[in-house]
Amino acid sequence: MRYIDEFRDGALARILAGKIARAVEPGRGYSFMEFCGGHTHAISRYGLADLLPPALRLIHGPGCPVCVLPIGRVDLAIALALKQNVILCTYGDTLRVPASEGLSLMKARSRGADIRMVYSTLDALQIARDHPQREVVFFAIGFETTTPPTALAIQQAEREQLANFSVLCCHVLTPAAMRTILDAPAAGEGGAVALDGFIGPAHVSTVIGTRPYEFVAADYRKPVVIAGFEPLDVMQAILMLVRQVNDGRAAVENEFSRAVSREGNLKAQQRMAEVFELRREFEWRGLGVVPDSALKLREAYAAFDAERRFELAYRSVPDNPACECAAILRGARRPQDCRIFGTACTPEFPVGSCMVSSEGACAAHYSYGRHRDVH
Amino acid sequence: MSETKKGYARPLDLKHGRVDLTHGSGGRAMVQLIAEVFARHLGNDYLAQGNDGAVLPAPVLAGKPARLVMSTDSHVVSPLFFPGGDIGSLAVHGTLNDVAMMGATPLYLTAGFILEEGFALADLSRIVASMAQAAREAGVSVVAGDTKVVERGKGDGVFITTAGAGVLPEGLELGGARARPGDAVIVSGSMGDHGVAIMSQRENLCFDAPIVSDSAALHGLVAAMLATRAGLRCLRDPTRGGLAATLNEIAVQSGVGMMLQEQAIPVKPVVAAACELLGLDPLCVANEGKLIAICAGADAARLVSAMRAHPLARDAAVIGEVIADSRHFVQLTTAFGGRRIVEWLAGDQLPRIC
Repeated sequence: MRYIDEFRDGALARILAGKIARAVEPGRGYSFMEFCGGHTHAISRYGLADLLPPALRLIHGPGCPVCVLPIGRVDLAIALALKQNVILCTYGDTLRVPASEGLSLMKARSRGADIRMVYSTLDALQIARDHPQREVVFFAIGFETTTPPTALAIQQAEREQLANFSVLCCHVLTPAAMRTILDAPAAGEGGAVALDGFIGPAHVSTVIGTRPYEFVAADYRKPVVIAGFEPLDVMQAILMLVRQVNDGRAAVENEFSRAVSREGNLKAQQRMAEVFELRREFEWRGLGVVPDSALKLREAYAAFDAERRFELAYRSVPDNPACECAAILRGARRPQDCRIFGTACTPEFPVGSCMVSSEGACAAHYSYGRHRDVH
Repeated sequence: MSETKKGYARPLDLKHGRVDLTHGSGGRAMVQLIAEVFARHLGNDYLAQGNDGAVLPAPVLAGKPARLVMSTDSHVVSPLFFPGGDIGSLAVHGTLNDVAMMGATPLYLTAGFILEEGFALADLSRIVASMAQAAREAGVSVVAGDTKVVERGKGDGVFITTAGAGVLPEGLELGGARARPGDAVIVSGSMGDHGVAIMSQRENLCFDAPIVSDSAALHGLVAAMLATRAGLRCLRDPTRGGLAATLNEIAVQSGVGMMLQEQAIPVKPVVAAACELLGLDPLCVANEGKLIAICAGADAARLVSAMRAHPLARDAAVIGEVIADSRHFVQLTTAFGGRRIVEWLAGDQLPRIC
């Protein structure tokens, strides 16, 4: 595959690994958080840990869309599908996220709910056109990457006057989550490590640009390197972070310049701004209630807001007490530190959301990296 | 005065007709469907006897009594027709391959059809013709069959269950529990072709070069492999769950681990590209015309060169080795240089969101 294999080249990886090893200063530790699940997946999938010096620690962040989805939100979607008889459409991984009463969207489907996996919001619109007598709800999750397509679908539905289409909006915002992690009092205590920098989002940054991360460098003095999702991107970003730390610098640098600019995709941002506005607060799995961290539909598009159309009331549901997902999503614990990792909680029977998607920290470690654990 | 023609039935409308409930009810309509669709394509001496079962000769190989191998497989695939095959040829190949993986020579098949009311007779006829052709090419006969019709909405067009029987000489023992450290892991060709062909049809993905299913009967290849007298331990066809599931099964059954080299595993560029788009791992995608062989390490090169001489295994390769590992991990050295586990799939592969 041209344009992809180049970024997975083993010979270049060895050269970069050598550079990183030489750049790391003796006696010094480096802890970087890769914010995105896409990075977590690449790091695990390509076995990057074997190419990095022991002084370097990568901490998996909360940028996994299904991982940060709280139980209460999945419960809303399940209730819509089971009790309101809607056709509920959503993206692949979401189907397996554990919810209340041992349910998930997948299990609700086996109880008769009409739940369909789509690759695109356009598929959901088509389902609405094909079933004018049914209510079709798109369960919209994800960060800024998946938000513009939801905005476009809502605007398209308005143009077509698709009265049976609505959106259960659970879109969340990356910079707000980063600020929460940086503000967390646990950092530096209770087993949590102080972060030395961030590997910044790839796809999210193609939309929002690099400017929204500048507060991380300016206010918190932490370096950020925006990186693509291929393994060489991650290696290069790590080298750039090590150099910033060594130099005592904190800047936002862009390794993913082939796709990301400082301003981002202005058209996409405009569509998002037309359709969505900030929620005052939103509950994240792991991070708790975070102010100004998620989006809801503007008044002008209220007709397409499933929460209003079906008068849904959000109810917060605590996680399983044995599950460490919350601490893992904040970088305070590692998957293998959780008591139920690999025993009660596996990809077949996930207890916590981090065990669902292969970009979740627990599933990635279970599926790709648990051979490194020594018992 | 009109005269009723004796035994006359208006022929089935194979162009526009559809399956209805009478075709499964045991009456004349069913007899007619069997005659005009199934017997027409699959007919042979066994079926012609019209009995409830087929009487088959006791298995003999080269004049000596041999053992009987049986297997069965149900086939549910959507779409029913795909590049490189259809549910009919798949139902023949799938079961023949299960018999062949035991080292046996397949001889007979049975076929059970569950048809949905409303299914087009033209499609059914096409599927049965394709089964007949696949069976003929493989040198096996369909010796018994069954048809049921379910109400509209209770099936997916057609489901086919086939059972296969074959003969196995005394002394040949292949099985998933026989892998030992030092053995070589061999694949007969590129991984993921069938699953990606199906998925790209489902998702309406168009590629410059269409992805074609690898569906094929493998017993000829197996015979060529056995003729080398290489120390074969186990043969498996990596269907559902792909290479990853099959190797994990063998590792658990044999109580061993495996170490694979990603760069040695053949995957066609177009399949790799489609997997990128669809968020799939080609190692977890189904194959229908490939096999995995575990073989004594010392015989591996000889076996692979014999395999490459067969048209169904031109890209055969050693992809790794069996190692001692009490945790039974299947590990992989990535092309990138790191190591990872090759894990069973948890449920269906679902695309990631990021």
